[in-house]
Amino acid sequence: MSWGIESATVRYGSQVALDGLTLQPERGSVTVVIGGDGAGKSTCLKALVGLVPLNEGTASRPSKKEIGYVPATGGIYPDLTVYENLAFFGRSYGIKGSAFEKRRANVLELVGLRDVRERLAGQLSGGMQRKLAVGLALLHQPLLLVLDEPTTGLDPLSRAEIWRVISHTAAQGAAVVLSTTYVNEAQRASLVILLSKGRSIAAGSPSQIIAGVPGKVGRVKSERQPPGLAWRRGGMWHTWDLSKGTPDEADRIEPDFSDAVIIAELSHEIGITR
Amino acid sequence: MWAMTVKEFRQLRRDHRTFAMMIVLPVMMLVIFGYAANFTVSKISTVVVGPQAMTVAEQLKAPFRVVEIDPKLGISTAKSRLLNGRAEVAFIAEPGTTQVLMDGTQLFSTETAEASLGRMAQAARASGTASPLSFSILYNPRLNTSWVLVPGLAGLILVFIGTLITSLGVVRERQSGTLEQLAVMPLRPWDVIAGKIVPYFIVASLDLIVIIAVGILLFGVPFVGNVAVFALGAIFFLLVTLGIGVLISTISQNQGQAIQLAFMVMLPQILLSGLIFPISSMGVGVRWISYILPLTYFIDISRGVMLKGMPIVALLEPLALLAILAMVVLALAMLRFRRDLAPSSRSYRSAMAESKVTA
Repeated sequence: MSWGIESATVRYGSQVALDGLTLQPERGSVTVVIGGDGAGKSTCLKALVGLVPLNEGTASRPSKKEIGYVPATGGIYPDLTVYENLAFFGRSYGIKGSAFEKRRANVLELVGLRDVRERLAGQLSGGMQRKLAVGLALLHQPLLLVLDEPTTGLDPLSRAEIWRVISHTAAQGAAVVLSTTYVNEAQRASLVILLSKGRSIAAGSPSQIIAGVPGKVGRVKSERQPPGLAWRRGGMWHTWDLSKGTPDEADRIEPDFSDAVIIAELSHEIGITR
Repeated sequence: MWAMTVKEFRQLRRDHRTFAMMIVLPVMMLVIFGYAANFTVSKISTVVVGPQAMTVAEQLKAPFRVVEIDPKLGISTAKSRLLNGRAEVAFIAEPGTTQVLMDGTQLFSTETAEASLGRMAQAARASGTASPLSFSILYNPRLNTSWVLVPGLAGLILVFIGTLITSLGVVRERQSGTLEQLAVMPLRPWDVIAGKIVPYFIVASLDLIVIIAVGILLFGVPFVGNVAVFALGAIFFLLVTLGIGVLISTISQNQGQAIQLAFMVMLPQILLSGLIFPISSMGVGVRWISYILPLTYFIDISRGVMLKGMPIVALLEPLALLAILAMVVLALAMLRFRRDLAPSSRSYRSAMAESKVTA
């Protein structure tokens, strides 16, 4: 069993949205696709679930009954109550009777929306709406759960709650793939794929990505940006140098995941193949 | 203010549909409706029967356009021609007297015929050659406008519900992001289209019943024909209008676009379907548009059944055309919808086999 996309290229007219990307999520684990705006995250997830056709490459996925998907745009019916949303999804997946009632109760418990089950989805807070969308995608117990930026724009508490649901789902044996722009979230994944302009510029577990950082990373306390490649981290500057020594004035440090992500993007920009 | 004006122009330039609506549509409408907006009937299809048919037919001038002359046929054939819509006026020319029957559902033709007959009688009296001329109006003897309008308005209201309300359906899904969700769910495009149409179909059917009931009770419009024939026509017509609604929905990105397109579809139906202006009076250049509009055929059926009691055999043509239109529109809607709901089917190397393995 191996789902995913292999050497997948997607073009929208002359624009290449995905460029030879391979993504093969594993059951029981969380894969995170991370990248900036326009990096190709949504296209990647859409290709995975079959929402966009591939121009090149191959895709394989379970049957639609075994896929759960949360689009970035919402995926809930705001003019239906929480219960009615669940009822529509249940019927669409052919879940009926006591089996439906049991799953509905489980999902409401899992996403913490039991107390607002009679409320219109459109009247829920942003965080609750996202939780409902995740709950709807989980109702039929999918083997592959794909979530497009499920935590974007949410407060830290809501994000943590959604991550609890995601981790629980993976622990139950589903392959979970999600996209995010938050580097700290990506650290929770078993597999991270860093996208830039539709291409994978780094892939592996967070520790593998950190271990793959070339050159040296240093830390400088300075008001001004130090010379060379540097980025702010709190009150300090982190620097990156491909030469053997660290830059003058800089204390050498072990890069963390955030540094690794930034360095991967810098490497890609200046044309260093990792 | 200048910044705002420039910004608005830029937005307008990129919104091709609104731009077309503001520039192209008014010109098109003016041309089309200029040719269509005509109450004057210049040709009235006429049959002449009875022993003196040849003599009477020779005397008939415009606006009467004789489509059939047969001295061997009598009043029953004449009535049958009017019932089936083959003619608007029938002359039954007996020795010494001529009876004229007119189709009261063709309001303007009948009024024009009445005026022409009056002039003919006057001229004949003046020349002393008049044969007694008696005329009667069938189906709508008092030429009540409401009798003719209500069956057509029922259709128009169905167009409004079917096209406008339904057209918002899929767009709402697209805007709320649920269309992507539907595409990933195990639903066939047909399930989604049918599921979307059924509620509107039921509501529109109830609406139709209420409109017809109000027409009968409030305006005294008769319903002399077969309800089942009317229902069959209404079902076909509703399927076309709902299908057009779904089709508009699938080619619109937002509700504004859907409403614009729905109005573009509805306006010609109001003006070119024969609801207000007689189709026979329209210029040939625009008349063909009438024949592709579903409301044209529904009006034929609703007026025919309600006012004239036309049997199903006389309405086979409009019924068949509505059925064909329904099939074409629904097929197009489904093809368009399939693009939204099964976008990657071409490269879909999934999965039934694989899912069986993993199940």
